[in-house]
Amino acid sequence: MQAQEDLSVLSPDERQEIEAELGHYPNKRAVCIDAMKVVQRHRGWVSDESLRDIADLLEMSADELDSVATFYNLIFRKPVGRHVIMVCDSVSCWVMGYDRLRERLMKRLGVKVGETTADSRFTLLPIVCLGACDHAPVMIVDDDLHHNVDAENLDEVLEKYK
Amino acid sequence: MKIFVDNRPFDVHAGQSLLQACLTLGFDLPYFCWHPAMGSVGACRQCAVKQYKDEADKRGRIVMSCMTPVTEDLRISVKDAEVSAFRAGVIEGLMISHPHDCPVCDEGGECHLQDMTVMTGHNYRRYRFNKRTFRNQYLGPFVNHEMNRCIQCYRCVRYYREYTGGRDLDVFALRNLAYFGRYEDGVLENEFAGNLVEICPTGVFTDKTLKHHYTRKWDLQMAPSVCVHCALGCNTTAGERYGSLRRIVNRYNGEVNGYFLCDRGRFGYEFVNHKDRIRQPLARKNGRLRPVTRSEALSQLRSILSGAKLAGIASPRASLEANFVLRALVGPERFYAGVSEAQYRLTAAIIELLKTGPAHTPSLREIERSDAVLILGEDVTNVAPRMALALRQSVRQAAFRLAEKLHIPVWLDHPVREAAQDLRSPLFVAATHGTKLDDVAKEAFHAAPLEIARLGFAVAHAIDASAPEPANLSEEMRALASRIAEALKGASKPLVVSGTSLNSQEVVDAAANVAWALCRIGKPASLSFTLPECNSMGLALMGAKPFVEGMEAVRNGEADSLVVLENDLYRRTSRENVDALLATAQHVIVLDLLANPTTAKAEVVLPAGSFAEAEGTLVSSEGRAQRLFRVYAPGGDVQESWRWLRDMMAEAGRQEATAWETFDDVLGSTAQAIPAIHGAVGAAPPATFRLAGAKIPREPHRYSGRTAMLANISVSEPKPPEDADSPLSYTMEGYPEQPPPALTPYFWAPGWNSIQSVNAFQEEIAGPLRGGDPGVRLIEPRPGNGYRSCVSEAFVARGEAWLLAPLYHIFGSEELSPWAPAVSELAPQTYVALRPDDASRLGAEEGQEVEVQWNGTAHRLPVKFRADLPAGVAGLPVGLPGTECAGLPVWAKISKPL
Amino acid sequence: MATEKVLTSNIRPDLSYVDIAAYESSGGYEGLRKAMTLAPGQVTELVKQSNLRGRGGAGFPTGMKWSFVPMGADAPRPKYLVANADEMEPGTFKDRLLMEGDPHELIEGMATAAYAIQADVAYIFLRGEYLLSAERLRRAIAEAYERHYLGKNILGSGYNLEMHVHLSGGRYMCGEETGLLNALEGKRANPRTKPPFPQVSGLFGKPTIVQNVETLCNVPHIVKNGPGWFKSLGKTQDSGTKIYGVSGKVKRPGLWELPMGTTVREILEAHAGGMRDGLKFRGVLPGGASTDFLVADHLDVPMDFTGVAKAGSRMGTGTMIVLDDHTCPVGMVRNLEHFFAQESCGWCTPCWSGLAWAEKALSAMEDGQGQPGDLAHLEHICRLCAPGNTFCALAPGAVEPLQSALKYFREDFERHIAEKRCPWRSHE
Ligand SMILES: Cc1cc2nc3c(=O)[nH]c(=O)nc-3n(C[C@H](O)[C@H](O)[C@H](O)COP(=O)(O)O)c2cc1C
Ligand code: SF4
Ligand code: FES
Repeated sequence: MQAQEDLSVLSPDERQEIEAELGHYPNKRAVCIDAMKVVQRHRGWVSDESLRDIADLLEMSADELDSVATFYNLIFRKPVGRHVIMVCDSVSCWVMGYDRLRERLMKRLGVKVGETTADSRFTLLPIVCLGACDHAPVMIVDDDLHHNVDAENLDEVLEKYK
Repeated sequence: MKIFVDNRPFDVHAGQSLLQACLTLGFDLPYFCWHPAMGSVGACRQCAVKQYKDEADKRGRIVMSCMTPVTEDLRISVKDAEVSAFRAGVIEGLMISHPHDCPVCDEGGECHLQDMTVMTGHNYRRYRFNKRTFRNQYLGPFVNHEMNRCIQCYRCVRYYREYTGGRDLDVFALRNLAYFGRYEDGVLENEFAGNLVEICPTGVFTDKTLKHHYTRKWDLQMAPSVCVHCALGCNTTAGERYGSLRRIVNRYNGEVNGYFLCDRGRFGYEFVNHKDRIRQPLARKNGRLRPVTRSEALSQLRSILSGAKLAGIASPRASLEANFVLRALVGPERFYAGVSEAQYRLTAAIIELLKTGPAHTPSLREIERSDAVLILGEDVTNVAPRMALALRQSVRQAAFRLAEKLHIPVWLDHPVREAAQDLRSPLFVAATHGTKLDDVAKEAFHAAPLEIARLGFAVAHAIDASAPEPANLSEEMRALASRIAEALKGASKPLVVSGTSLNSQEVVDAAANVAWALCRIGKPASLSFTLPECNSMGLALMGAKPFVEGMEAVRNGEADSLVVLENDLYRRTSRENVDALLATAQHVIVLDLLANPTTAKAEVVLPAGSFAEAEGTLVSSEGRAQRLFRVYAPGGDVQESWRWLRDMMAEAGRQEATAWETFDDVLGSTAQAIPAIHGAVGAAPPATFRLAGAKIPREPHRYSGRTAMLANISVSEPKPPEDADSPLSYTMEGYPEQPPPALTPYFWAPGWNSIQSVNAFQEEIAGPLRGGDPGVRLIEPRPGNGYRSCVSEAFVARGEAWLLAPLYHIFGSEELSPWAPAVSELAPQTYVALRPDDASRLGAEEGQEVEVQWNGTAHRLPVKFRADLPAGVAGLPVGLPGTECAGLPVWAKISKPL
Repeated sequence: MATEKVLTSNIRPDLSYVDIAAYESSGGYEGLRKAMTLAPGQVTELVKQSNLRGRGGAGFPTGMKWSFVPMGADAPRPKYLVANADEMEPGTFKDRLLMEGDPHELIEGMATAAYAIQADVAYIFLRGEYLLSAERLRRAIAEAYERHYLGKNILGSGYNLEMHVHLSGGRYMCGEETGLLNALEGKRANPRTKPPFPQVSGLFGKPTIVQNVETLCNVPHIVKNGPGWFKSLGKTQDSGTKIYGVSGKVKRPGLWELPMGTTVREILEAHAGGMRDGLKFRGVLPGGASTDFLVADHLDVPMDFTGVAKAGSRMGTGTMIVLDDHTCPVGMVRNLEHFFAQESCGWCTPCWSGLAWAEKALSAMEDGQGQPGDLAHLEHICRLCAPGNTFCALAPGAVEPLQSALKYFREDFERHIAEKRCPWRSHE
């Protein structure tokens, strides 16, 4: 997940996964969001080089693809750490103590929301309602949803991600 | 149909949006995201009105007028307090991040946002938080970017992407942070990017060339003009201050350019201000050209003219009138068209085809409405740019038809596009290489000129079997021809486009056969030919003799002296020929604007007025005679070519010249003498025309500094120059009423300072100007004719030689615009284009020099790869410094230099 | 309370995967089998008669929506069905339960609905973060293909349907049905002009039905058991059961499938266990972030489309967010407007500029920087963003909690301005 890797062209795996999506839609462009997510799964983010490669593959201009990329919040156009923490900042979690959780996280990681720790271990991002409001506050780390996170169990959760 | 606006009944046309109807009726209804050429998308919410169910409904509901179709008995209010407050609220919202920089903003004084803000009455900023700010981008030499002024109306991306097909400008991010720009800094790739300057309702995209000599709209002295950078005759408004030309903007003409110009037309104007402009007469003394006074020049001319046997070389970039006085000076017998032999023959042939055939020569608006198109041999974007934009719109006809079927109003822009997806009306391009229109083409065919012609003949034959068929057609080509034929036959307004680019009689004949075959089977086919220069058509209609005969006349002594009108002869034939001609002639008198290789060899050079300093009539490739007016009286000795030529006649004692006092005198004589252009007198009202007894001011009524402008020279205010040649005056006083369209020096209406004020000048929004769109068509078809016979020989690639095909560059190939610094920045260096496989066969890398030999001369040119060239064909750019290109295509030998 | 569970009957307490065998053994895919014996129009008719109304928030009658799709041999092809599984409305968490807990129910519902409109391709447009749902749906789709509930010649009927899962790039606008179509086409999720409605010109310009997950899950049950049965499930004129949810400081936040029209009070007290000890109820957003507050006066309102509308709000998604007396209403509204301002697609002015301004004004108020004119100005923004004034329903939804908070909690706003601070901040 280092930025240097991204200078390389799309890997055969990435290409194959993108091409597998092509069959699901009547035109190439429709695959662009899936394609960026494929690359992101492999590299953590979508670099300028990857973006150009995807655009070429899908016969789009870089401008067109970036216009789409920058609209959505789950496409990362900047490098992220090894693990991405996304803390829900929407209303139910806010009522249930989001502010305290965020403060705690920022202190614990020594970064502000939107930043990556110096050791590249975590990137801390806000996310909208994760659809687990009955277990608020919640957050996602990588692909895992964590319920009822509070100051007490936060450290335990983070320990799982090296 | 009838609608009620604030309880008053009005008659409106069905099928339009309520906004369009209200603007046509003259209501001041603000809008941003809507554009008459691009339809409605409902984004800005500025055009709100109240709609009522019926007479009894007093509450009503707010609707966006741009998204509401007019319907019978529709009742609305524009004035209602709630909706007025809503519109003011929308402006307030738009303005929250808008900087208060009108005083330093280039748009100030002609800003649609300013106008609309005043219109809604929003005048106090309540917003007390930080504004969002952006980084600006470098977008190239034409367009300046200042994103903080953006109000997110989305017009720029809609125009750039959807209207022009550009793919390098887009919108990024979202919410109140939407960013309109490029993926990264860089020159905007589209040839119509300059229109962003007028599309943007505020100062995000502004004219970068204007920035270098900035002047507010209200301080410009303006006149109706016509673009001189190609043969399409787009109407422009040119503005001047302090004796220099400051900018060009679009001048709406419903039949011609509509709302848009190409970038060559908009930004090429700076040649007028170039430091190498010839501003004083020059005369050769001791082998060198030196400035002389006007009277010295004239007396020298008097001695030359007495006893000289003159030949006149006429110009396709000079006005009808200038050419006519040259003809009068030298006599019709010695009046030669200064164009290449191939161009001469072809232009004459084209006029013949258009005048004796049944196919009609379409206006650009008609081209836009064609529903099937065949382009034969033309790279339209680079040769007749504005036509390419029209052709790009033509492919939307299929979408409009689908929309009608789905009951979607055609002006509801996004629904039409979403329903149509990639559905396009057929457009076929047959050219010697890939063109920018290929992306909307159903099929693009790249072949040598002869093959393009054979394809055309085959299409004609497939439409009407009585049209001749070329021999030995390949199966492939026959199938392609029949696909094209089917598409054209299935259309209700088919169009064939061709032109003189390939210098090929066969291609032009083939195009005519296709159009004529369509006419034969009952289709109202149009036939449009591109021509190279702004008055190519006009000159050809004047019946000058070919240049070769002129050269011959000098060689054999029938003529001994030359008068060359606005023409660099080195662009017309080989260097050898011109050198010989100029060496043989005893006296060479040249009238021109800018120093060029021909002026360098003259004995006397006279400073000719540019389009901005001269009256004139030009005939476009459509056959439309259009008038352009002086923007300002040129200082010093610069004057219109016709006046110089008249003065020369007077010096030579030719009494009839003294009758030509004013422009109208010459125009009258021109039209009378040459029946083919008789109609040209109707292109604009005569100089005697008055609006309520007054002349029409070239200066807006807010023109400032008049008393002080020249105070550094003299404290007494100079008397403004008189203009005996037109109904326009060089003042700001005049009658506040709309002049006739051909005389409109600029668009302005109360409350509408921006270019959007054109709304107030149209009979119906996006329709013709009130009083009719300017210009007089000189060429109409005549039904009934026989087909042109077709070429038999197929093109055969030669192993050891290449057919050098001409390649045109919108920025570079035309003569005058590269004198504008911004245009020259985008003009390429000369090169030879080779297929990569040919280049590797020669062992040449991209950028390496090769030796190219044709017509007995050798040139060293760097190689540029073009994979889209057909086998056996190489390409040579036209008109770039260092390339001698008259008479292409020719066979050439190419080798790697030792 | 003995309620018939329809949608959630297969869902296991541990939320483990219900595979196709388990699903079939509890009567799964019988609805689809039955549908295949009927003409497509008859299926639509059954759904129409059942009075099923959309569970995505707007409550549009489902059968009626289907009846606008062009049918017959000359209808444009392909036709599409899309399950709207974007679920990004804050406070809403019901569709996730259905997809994780019983994915085959959605697939059967989609196949049945697709058959009714003769769709050729179906997409599940899924929130990007719902990775477990994605995994289970993909697995279930593969199982369904294997058993010929999907694919070519479904159950020997000659009808074909392809089904794909699309994971969203993430934006609230993707839930708006026309924004969703743009997102599926690989574009920015700006909304589209209506008319034309998607039923006529939708995805890739072709006829398309977009339907909420919960709505679709009801369909096979209706076909199987009949419209009369479905109507009898509801307590009021709005038919069926509804998945209600509660979040906030109640004793037992959660989700329950209850008869349509169960009162707010019953849901809050009997199911969610009432307020946590020491806290008082102040108000509730009845159906997600984009609905108007209800207050104590409204506790006996039946939670159905008509009842909540009469009380001045919307049932929306039926998932409630409770405001207690220890939570600052201004802070809560600020949080909501932050969400909406952030999710504004940036297309229409009242939304992108009005919501950004509202968020800034509310933040200022929370920070003790409020000014006397602010409340009038917030009301002005609410009017600017009223339905019809904006391009899509995002902005009107966004100002619902704001306008109702200004009505019901006005003194709290005024205190912020007068005291130049948030009175709740010192509590914590
Ligand atoms: C901003 C916005 C977000 C929406 N999000 C969702 C959503 O996540 N899920 C959903 O089913 N409907 C959502 N809707 C409603 C949809 O537009 C649409 O009405 C619904 O999917 C139709 O399905 P139904 O009739 O089954 O409810 C949203 C609407 C708006 C305006
Ligand atoms: S209301 Fe307007 S800006 Fe807001 S999301 Fe809808 S279209 Fe976009
Ligand atoms: S002009 Fe009507 S909404 Fe923009």
